Amino acid sequence: MTTSSLQVRVWREAPEQEQGNFVSYEVPRTPSQTVLDVVTYIQRKLDPSLSYRFSCRVGMCGSCAMTVNGLPRWTCRTHVDKVVGADSRLEIGPLANLPVIKDLTTDMREFFDKWAQAKGSFQGTKTRHDDFAVVAPASKQRAAANAGIECIGCGVCYASCDVVAWRPDYLGPAALNRAWTLANDVRDTAQTERLRAVAGDAGCHVCHTQGSCSERCPKQIEPTAGIAGLKRMVARAAVRGELG
Amino acid sequence: MNATAHDAAELAAQRQAEAIRDAKLWYWQRLSAMVLAVCVFVHLGTMIYAVRGGLTAAEILGRTKGNWLWGAFYLVFVLAAAIHVPLGLRAIINEWFGWRGRLPMQVIVLIGVCYSMLGFAAIWGLVR
Repeated sequence: MTTSSLQVRVWREAPEQEQGNFVSYEVPRTPSQTVLDVVTYIQRKLDPSLSYRFSCRVGMCGSCAMTVNGLPRWTCRTHVDKVVGADSRLEIGPLANLPVIKDLTTDMREFFDKWAQAKGSFQGTKTRHDDFAVVAPASKQRAAANAGIECIGCGVCYASCDVVAWRPDYLGPAALNRAWTLANDVRDTAQTERLRAVAGDAGCHVCHTQGSCSERCPKQIEPTAGIAGLKRMVARAAVRGELG
Repeated sequence: MNATAHDAAELAAQRQAEAIRDAKLWYWQRLSAMVLAVCVFVHLGTMIYAVRGGLTAAEILGRTKGNWLWGAFYLVFVLAAAIHVPLGLRAIINEWFGWRGRLPMQVIVLIGVCYSMLGFAAIWGLVR
């Protein structure tokens, strides 16, 4: 620790307000302090009207992502020491590319609606009376699915994506990553519908392969790789006439 | 189904058809890119290897006149470029101007044809 207090700028925006603004607070520094600790301190000690979202505090739930010094991060797993320079300045805003409900709380509906649009739910045929499906863990498809399966839907990739910023109808990295894991699930029976849903210029083919999503994913998932896989899979199926 | 629902269903079907066409075009853009990668490598490699007395039209034409093998190579090069470039322009038009549908498609087909014509003329001049 370099100084005993932090100069924190926090985005404040009321629902009826057209444009929010940053408000400055001074917060004491403590050992092993996380950005979420800072936000919590402000709400509990300085301004109880501050709105933010969190739940587990240990990087399991994916609800506390915010823009910290310009980049989207999980605030619960981001130590202040890691993001603050010698000037002890911290800037905390809501996630980008999502509408703000109030202050640091964003409306995630659009984000999760796109998972549904990308056919992000498993479709199977077996019932509880059937035997277990046997999937070889080392198979190429299962390995591809496993690489993306740990997503907890925090929205960091979505907030990092410049293509989402330019094209609000783009499904985005999280929804496409989910579609990719299911496209590699041999038990799933909705493959053609899913490939149709993720095709084209609002789907996987508009990705610029900039890789900001892969760079910033706190789970080290690479949506860029999954999207590249979907591009190939979808285009092959389209050229073969399998998508109608 | 009422009129609004019918329109919405029609719009969704139209978007779906467009998305599948986008995917097909992407396939052709990627395939032509692979061909272009080889062609550019051969083109530049030959230039670096073969040019001795500076890059002059006379020296190049001296080697390519009557050489139909180079003609065939550049024919492939031109065709790959004539596919790849308009598809890239289409993606830029879509993204920058939000201009979609039939008209931009016709414009890029025209650009592709013009591009091919220029390329064919150049090849003709090179090997004739």
